[in-house]
Amino acid sequence: MRIGTLAGITGLLFAGLAVLGAVSAKTETPEQESVYAELSKAPEKYRNRVNPLANDPDAAAAGRVLFEEHCEDCHGQQATGGKKAPSLRAKEVQEATPGTIFWILTNGVVRKKMPVWSKLPEPQRWQLVSYIKSLGPLEAAGNKSAEKR
Amino acid sequence: MKTFGRLSFLLLATVAFLSLSGVQPTQAQENPYFVAYDHNLEEPGNLEVEYFSTFGTQRGGPNFHGFWSEFEYGATAWWTTEFYLDGQTTFGDSTVFTGFRWENRVRPLNKEHWINPVLYMEFEDINGADKILKEVEGHDVESDFLAPNAEARRERNREMELKLILSSNYKDWNFTENTLAVKNLSNDPWEFGYALGASRPLAVKGATRKCNLCLQHFIAGVEMYGGLGDRYSFGLHHTSHYVAPALAWNLPSGWTFKIEPSFGLNDMSHQFLLRWGASYEISGFGRKVADLFRGKQE
Repeated sequence: MRIGTLAGITGLLFAGLAVLGAVSAKTETPEQESVYAELSKAPEKYRNRVNPLANDPDAAAAGRVLFEEHCEDCHGQQATGGKKAPSLRAKEVQEATPGTIFWILTNGVVRKKMPVWSKLPEPQRWQLVSYIKSLGPLEAAGNKSAEKR
Repeated sequence: MKTFGRLSFLLLATVAFLSLSGVQPTQAQENPYFVAYDHNLEEPGNLEVEYFSTFGTQRGGPNFHGFWSEFEYGATAWWTTEFYLDGQTTFGDSTVFTGFRWENRVRPLNKEHWINPVLYMEFEDINGADKILKEVEGHDVESDFLAPNAEARRERNREMELKLILSSNYKDWNFTENTLAVKNLSNDPWEFGYALGASRPLAVKGATRKCNLCLQHFIAGVEMYGGLGDRYSFGLHHTSHYVAPALAWNLPSGWTFKIEPSFGLNDMSHQFLLRWGASYEISGFGRKVADLFRGKQE
């Protein structure tokens, strides 16, 4: 196969990806009021789950590393939200039970672009919960991020 | 070797372009499978550029090295699309480009369940010299690979491949079962195949500092795959089957390395295949591309 054909195929690929990117960006409609609505959908048995690493002094530190590796690109370095995802320091998140946050991590919010993180082992998801809860609320940042969306 | 060189150049140029254009790498959490799929899709907007190889032993003919590049894009959180370019070198014969594949995986259920189905649809336009062994279907056997490249590449296969992926995460293990049905778009019968896999990270807790060699970054597993005949002759007979221990190493820098020796389980299988590969995950690729076309929106 000639290089021209290969280049054509690769060009088509990137054109397709560009269209996909544009389409997915276009569907980012403002949904300020429902950004955190998913939290209220956590089933009761999850909501009441206790973080098994709550007394682990290393859990939040390990959660921070995991956050940097997997979450910060969307939720921002300080977890105050970004273009793609809302703040995790809003009171809705900070007041949610650890079990609720764990449930969101496990199930994602697939239709709103939050991926399912069940591929992370359970202890790592709990470490993330520990880190997120350790951040505390930052009301202004939360609102700002939600407004952007 | 010319085609292989061009493919490699294209791949490296793509990664270099993306790296220099300001997109961020992100740590992947790839399973170690080469053939089986689980229900974890690419994160939305992320692009994973991958290169994989299959070295195969061949009784009655020269050994070979099949290779392929993959561009895997998370279109949404429930839809991942992938484009493949395949090639192979048969030692003492030649190196040939063997075709392309376009694959899509869709997750129909929003939430995590005990068993998570994923629907897989692929169109492939490859020639008869393709040796990447990405799946075993129908009555695929080792002797199919004996034809010289010049002769084998004259055969053109345009196929539609459907898979039902059923995958579960249980106590930090992943278990997956794939059933595949392939239809050559000419008048050939439906052919079937399977892949099973199980894997687990070597450590389930995260470390308190960034590290490349922490056990949490290694995922070990095993997969088994093979053919199931065709609609006229369904079953495990007269086809090939393999078992393969596998290891993935997911680095925080966005790179993933995988290796998998495969062992043929009957006389119709290649006695030994060695697969390896590397991939690089780029976060926010879709957003960057969209920005290029629509300008900044402040």
